[in-house]
Amino acid sequence: MAKTKIESDRGLNVRMFVTGLALVVLYLIITTLLIYLGVGYGLVIVIVAAMIFSQYFFSDKIAMFSMHAHEVTPAEEPRLHEIVDRLCLLADMPKPRVGVAEMDIPNAFATGRSPSHAVICATRGIMTRLSDEELEAVLAHELSHVAHRDVAVMTIASGVGMLAGLVSRMAMWGAMLGGGGGRGGNNNDNAAIVEMVTWLVSIVIYVVAYLLTMALSRYRELAADRSGAILIGKPSVLASALVHITGDMGRIPRTDLRKAETMNAFFFVPALAGGTAASLFSTHPTLERRLDALNKLERELNG
Amino acid sequence: MGLRDAIFGRTKQVAPQLDNIFALPGAALTLQSELDLVTSGQAGLCFKAGSGESSMLSDADILELLNFDAPKDSISLTSDDLGFKWLVIDDPTIDGLVTKIHAANSTMVDHELGPRLLCAVFGFVPATPPGEGSVRLVYLLKQGTFYPFAPTGPNQRDNELELRVKSFLSADLVMEKDLSRWMALWNLPVR
Repeated sequence: MAKTKIESDRGLNVRMFVTGLALVVLYLIITTLLIYLGVGYGLVIVIVAAMIFSQYFFSDKIAMFSMHAHEVTPAEEPRLHEIVDRLCLLADMPKPRVGVAEMDIPNAFATGRSPSHAVICATRGIMTRLSDEELEAVLAHELSHVAHRDVAVMTIASGVGMLAGLVSRMAMWGAMLGGGGGRGGNNNDNAAIVEMVTWLVSIVIYVVAYLLTMALSRYRELAADRSGAILIGKPSVLASALVHITGDMGRIPRTDLRKAETMNAFFFVPALAGGTAASLFSTHPTLERRLDALNKLERELNG
Repeated sequence: MGLRDAIFGRTKQVAPQLDNIFALPGAALTLQSELDLVTSGQAGLCFKAGSGESSMLSDADILELLNFDAPKDSISLTSDDLGFKWLVIDDPTIDGLVTKIHAANSTMVDHELGPRLLCAVFGFVPATPPGEGSVRLVYLLKQGTFYPFAPTGPNQRDNELELRVKSFLSADLVMEKDLSRWMALWNLPVR
């Protein structure tokens, strides 16, 4: 959160620190386990580190690719560029590249390894649904993610999860192969049991790491809500934007019924029915929680 | 549609559900008392224009088919730029509109044009303008469900008003619960 004018929130910082600390403790547990398991894993760690690093380094390209987004010039999207220009001046941060994803689902995201390599992207759906003021609030939220270096933070956090998963898999192989000997003669049975325990512990660690990552992500979202709202000075506008793009309103499409006939069951029974599965462990806080926080902030700012 | 059909890629055509439409006059009363909305005096039936020998009916043929003792000037047939035809019916009362739309639906089904039916649309406007803005009630014939559509611009719709309409009408009508199916009908020829 270095040199930007986006203010920080102490309570949130403390909770984020605690969550981060818990992740560090997990790191230590994993390192201990790795040492106990001995050599051979050095190479594995190098590979994992390389994977995590490339995920971090190419985060902008990966996200743009998976969202089918393309970069746009100021001539193509004057409204979007104007808003981003204004917000970057306000926050005193370098202007990120700007992209658009041609989809009806209202969404926006920002990614990139550093503020100078960031890209901020909005879907067509969010641009048609929101007023200029609301779109500005959403983009301020996304720029806060850039300023907070959330890509780096979340990459490190989820890297732990990947490491834990790897350890558990290695331990499982170890447990299966361990019985065949090679680990020093008469202690074969004990070694197998120890490795089984390691395997179980790794799985527990993986689950806990995952839950913590999700919790951290939710705190980062609240922090970005707060910073974004402070940047534009109107928490209520961000709240109204959230109401318009999440929950019921966000699900009402802008696509024409007559154009949509091919993608659903208006003329034919679908070959495969797909339910919309809500994710169990959400990366975002609930709408209620976010609105509460913004209401509180609105009172603070007015008060 | 079973697994076998999925594997062999067979597509079964869906028969339209016509009967839920008769709940509309009751819903119209609710709309008037809660949101001060009354019928616009117009309703429309949207169906896909066919392109096949036997199904290739001319506009005159379709109008002939649907000639159910209505004055000629109260029914018109138009095409939109998305390849759909609209049968637009004028009638000052909601009961009249419902009866005529249902008759048109039944006639289409009798002539094996049922699978082509997309939706029926009923227009509602504020009784005392400007009011809250006008709303169309769209009836999805394949699903047998209703949803509100309140366009406010070329690509803008008033979701807030739509959700309020839904909350008031849930008791009267079979409303479409899957909000992602509340598709827009931009530039529709029904008032």
